Order: sequence, then C-alpha cells, then structure tokens
Amino acid sequence: MVTTESEQMAYIAAQAADARVNVEVETDEGMTLNLGPQHPATHGTLRIVAKLDGEMVEAAEPIMGYMHRGYEKLTEVRTYPQVTTLINRIDWLGSFANEVPFILAAEQLMEVEAPPRAQWIRTLLFELSRIANISLFLGDMAVQVGATTPVFYAFRDREFVLNQIERVTGGRFHPNFDRIGGLKDDLPKGWIEETGSVVNKMRDFCDEMEELVLGNEIFQARTREIGVIPPDVALAYGLSGANLRASGVDWDIRRDANVGLVYDQIDWKVWTHPDGDSFSRFWVRLQETREACNMIEQLLDGIPSGPIMAKVPRIIKVPAGEAYVATENPLGEMGYYIVSQGELTPFRVKIRSASFSNMSITPWLLKGVFVPDIISILASLYFILGDIDR
Amino acid sequence: MTSILALDPAWWQQTFLIKVPIGLLAVLLPAGTIVYLYLFKAISFMQSRLGPMEAGPYGSMQLLAEVGKWLQKEDIFPTKADKFVFAAAPFVVLMSTFLLVVIIPAGPDATFVDLDAGIYFAMAVSSVSVIGILMAGWSSANKYSLLGGIRAAGQLIAYELPLILAVVGVVIQAGTMNMQGIVLAQAEGEILGWGGIGNPFILTQFIGFVIFMIAVQAELTQAPFDMPVAESELVTGYLTEYSGIRFLLFFIGEFASAGVFSAIAAVLFFGGWYIPGIDPANDIFNIIGPLILAGKMMVIAFLIFWFRFTFPRFREDQLQRLAWKFLIPLSLANIALTGVLKVVL
Repeated sequence: MVTTESEQMAYIAAQAADARVNVEVETDEGMTLNLGPQHPATHGTLRIVAKLDGEMVEAAEPIMGYMHRGYEKLTEVRTYPQVTTLINRIDWLGSFANEVPFILAAEQLMEVEAPPRAQWIRTLLFELSRIANISLFLGDMAVQVGATTPVFYAFRDREFVLNQIERVTGGRFHPNFDRIGGLKDDLPKGWIEETGSVVNKMRDFCDEMEELVLGNEIFQARTREIGVIPPDVALAYGLSGANLRASGVDWDIRRDANVGLVYDQIDWKVWTHPDGDSFSRFWVRLQETREACNMIEQLLDGIPSGPIMAKVPRIIKVPAGEAYVATENPLGEMGYYIVSQGELTPFRVKIRSASFSNMSITPWLLKGVFVPDIISILASLYFILGDIDR
Repeated sequence: MTSILALDPAWWQQTFLIKVPIGLLAVLLPAGTIVYLYLFKAISFMQSRLGPMEAGPYGSMQLLAEVGKWLQKEDIFPTKADKFVFAAAPFVVLMSTFLLVVIIPAGPDATFVDLDAGIYFAMAVSSVSVIGILMAGWSSANKYSLLGGIRAAGQLIAYELPLILAVVGVVIQAGTMNMQGIVLAQAEGEILGWGGIGNPFILTQFIGFVIFMIAVQAELTQAPFDMPVAESELVTGYLTEYSGIRFLLFFIGEFASAGVFSAIAAVLFFGGWYIPGIDPANDIFNIIGPLILAGKMMVIAFLIFWFRFTFPRFREDQLQRLAWKFLIPLSLANIALTGVLKVVL
C-alpha cells in the first residue's frame, strides 16, 4: 500500500522466487513463513509463502495448484450430461450451483429453454445451495478467529438444508440433478411444506450467528478495518460476489445479468456494505443468507405447475458455436465458456471460478498485516479449494 | 501460623513419602476431572454434541484411553531440535504447576508447606512456566513453535503484572501474604460490621477478582488469549513438534495449572476451605476442607472454560493493549481504593 503496484508485484515475484527454491532458507531480512499446503487454516491445500518481519507480513504470495484435477481438460472427453458429475466437485459446498451455468450455456447453444417449473426449481435449489455454502462460512469465519463453538452450530443447521437438497436430488454433496432442457425429477411430495420450516430454522440460525459472532466485541476488533479493499482495487483484481459487494460495488449477476433463472420474477434486494473490510464481508454474507431465505419462501409460494423437461433429443449433440454463461454462485461469479464443434463432447471448456479470481488479490491485501490477520482475511475472502484448483 | 492455630501437624504431614503421592493426586485429580467434565463434556453440550460416549459410562474412561494412546506414541525429536532443551521443556512447565500446588491450604492443618509469604511465592513460581514455554518454542527448530513461544513469553510477562496487582488488593485487606492467613481473614472478617458470612473477598474485592480471572485466563493461554497455541494460525504454536509423552506432560501441565489457579482464586476470593457456620478452628475442616476447596475450585474452573469455549481470539497487539492500557491502570486504581478504605473503615 506504500509503493506502486508494479514495484510491489516485482518485489513479490522476487520474494516468491526465493521461496520456491528453498522455503526453509533464512534470509538476512526477516523470515519466510510457509503457510501450507498443509495448514489448518487453509482448509485444503492452499499454500501461502509469507515474508515476515517479526509478525508483520512484508510480502505474501499464494501458490495454487496442489489440488488441480484438470477438469477443463477432462470435460473434453465427457459427453455433455456426463460433465455435470465432474463440475459438481468444483465448489463442493454448493454443488448444485456449479451445474447451473454449464447447463444454461449448453441450452443456449442448443436453443432449448427449460420449462418454467424447471426454472423455478433450479432457482430454488440454487438458493438452497447458497445457504448450504454460506452457512458454513459463517461458522468457519468464527473458527478462524479462534471461537470454536459457532462452527458446530453451522454444521448442525446446515444439515437441514442438505437434507432438503438430498430429498430432491438424492445427493447431499453432489446432486448431479440438472439436465439439458430441465431437471431429472420433480419435487417429492410434501417437500414444499418441509422446506418452508427449514427456511425458518435457517433464519433463526442467522439470528444466532449475528448474536454469537457478529455482535462479539473481540470478533469486531479482529475484523473491522482489517483487510480493507477499496472498490476500485476490488474491480481491478476481478473480485466478484460478496467480496465485491462488501467493497460497496453494487453488482449482482442475479439482478444485472440474469440468464435462465427466475430472479426477475421475485422481490429481493442486493446487499452492499461501504467499508470493504473483513467485517463487512461477513456482514454481507449474513444478509445474503437471510435474503436467500426470503427468496426461497417466495419461490415456494409461486412455483408454477407444468412439465420439468423440455423436448430434447435422447443423444445430445450440441451445435457448433460458442457461449459464455455466468451466474452469481455462493462464492461469486462462476461462468463456463463452452466451445462446441457439433460433437457429443465439448471442444473446449473454460471454467471461470470465483475463488480463483478472489485469491488473486491476496498479495496486495496481505502486505503489511500481522500473521493472525492473514488467517482472518483469508477466511473472510472465503475460498473453497476445489473452486481455486479445478 | 501454626502457633496461632496451636495444633500439631497432621500425621500425614510428617512423612515425605505420603506427601509426594498426595501432592501428585492434588495435581492430577483436578486436572483429570477438569479435562473430562469441561473439555470433553461441557464443551460438547455447549456445541450441541455428545462428546465421548463409548469408553466407560458416558465416556468417563476416555481420559485413560487418551493417556494410553499418548504413552504408546513415538517420542519424536525433530532433526534440528536442541535435544536436551526440547526434552526438558515440558518438565519445567510441569514443575511450575507442582510448585504452585504446595502452598494451597486445604484445611487448618492440611497444608504441604505454610509459607509466611505464600501468595508471593505463588506469583513468583507461576512465572517459571514461561521459561519452559520459551525453551519449547526455541528448541523445536520450527517457525510456528518459535512464533508461539515468543508470543507466549510476551503474553505471560504482560499478564504477570495485573495478576500480581489484583492480588495486592486482597493482601491489603487480609493484612497478610500467608495463604492460611488470607483464609482466616475471610472467615473471621466482617463487611461493614456484619460478620454473618465472614468477608469473602469476592464481595469486597470484586474488581480485583475480575482482573485476576482475566489475567489467569491469559496466564493459562486459554481463549480468548490463546495466541501462543492459536490452532488456526500457528498449528499449535510451541506444542507443534511435541508428540507422545512429552505432549501429554504439556497437556497435564495446562489443565493442572488451570486447576491450581482456580484453587488459588478460591483461596483468595472465596474463602478457600472455609464455609460460613462452622468455627474455622474446628478440626472437621481438615476432613471437609479439601472437598469444599475442590468444589469452589471447580466452579471457578468452569468460568475459565466457559470463556474459553465462547470467545474468539484477540490479536497479540490487542492483548498487550488490553493489559497495559486497561487492566494495569484499573488494578492500580483498585489498590489505591482498597488502601484508602482500609485506613478509613
């Protein structure tokens, strides 16, 4: 924050090159601390190489790729319906949301539109997976700043949502439920009433988290004015989702660039926060969880009747062409750029995942903070390792 | 003090061979109880889970299973570790706990040693554990251990001061540094002329009690002051490289000193082995005194662990700021107030 952008980047590149050679080598100025790839705070295999002066971070660089699974390449040897099995595993906490943009992009190429009921159920499950994803963040953020209890409440209450997803799709984590042209099945009997009560439970959960975590003085002392991202920097680094909205940028794909889902037919609000610090990122996500509860209630009330599957050929061949569809996933903007040459398999798929872009700000953001703040800032940026290394 | 009570030392006090096992028991039994009741069970109920249920009724034998597991594990020394210092560190930490327990009176005659400057001795030896933690942090040849050890040293030294200053208020009121004397001062004291329940210093030294408990929380490196072991940042800080029996020793040291500090707080603020209604010179306190003390101790230990399970963790600089800018001025004001009131009343 003291030097210019290019100086910073050159410095970080030089430091990171040192670190790659031998991270254990002590240098004259300070100490190189190697957080990860196996470290309790990175919940996965993210590695942060930090150059320390005492407890102050002089430079930090995230090193990704320890869990790279080559999904973009693997999609080239899978037929379109098979791809959803793979992409379920990108953001494993909100799996259903991963399928939707891919299916929407394929539908766009095939010029098929899912029937209204399928669109409503998609939106419904999309928002349920948002709650399943973000509710865990609300507990995990507390654990990263040292409170052990909230994460157990998060796991306990998240189970209600996962049960509802499981009752529809048959899978808690990897639903694989979306089909080109619609959905695999209709909703089971009694599901709508049960989901209504689950939504109320999740509202209570949000209130509990607000009291237990957000209202705690120590939590506020640890997160307020820590890791501040100004709006222009957030845009420059390509942040998306709640991280962007917490910096005061009023941008939500659900409202501003909605494709194929029914967000325009319900009444809801985009939450932003002007501060851009770790606290505001937590606050925005908490409000979004509440908003998702409101949205689900409206979706449950307004769900139309009708078929859940459009007419599509039994063997799906996508016509030649290119399409990019992005949706507002729990972690941020997730998009698929599909290039088809008219065959059974995609010719090339580019996955734009939110965490990968969100992580790119860490060298800028972690400069000059203390070691404990590395953890709270990383937690507030909220990444899923599967979403970084596809 | 024995001359005031005019009683012979109890039979078990006269032989070293009996004193040592009882001392061991006095350290290990509360530590085990605290671990099972609070760390295993109370935390589980607070977090809407059951905790250990399989080993013994309601998982009560879980601790034995854990100890057995640690004893079997390989005692790993890191290649670059300073072997002697690395091996000695847990004993230094545990030694401080054992030195603390010897001055706690559990009855009119049920003491290990009855020092005239008992509480002064306690405050002095409680700092010994800092050396052990620094030794562990430095000798592990691990950056996380080093950061944890240095954090621990800074934290423990910063919180020695409010701890001692909080005790000074009690010492002024009791007029003695002897632990038995502090108990008797509470048993025989009176609040503004009313002596119905004696004068437990929790009532007249409430600010001191609050400061003392905050400082104890920091001394024990329990959340919200657990940065030295901050598991989400420093893996487990100075404990990172320890395994097997040496980790077990650290673990016992942590929970035993939680018990011992609770016992000291019980003596200083809750009247120790005394309960109102019985003459403090009565011999029956030699029998029921240890139980009364243990009961008070467990209540205070519950407070410590309640905070531990509830609060997030401070950052190191925020912790220092709390100690130097808030707790120490407050405890100095408390001492001044206590001194003035002692003279006036």
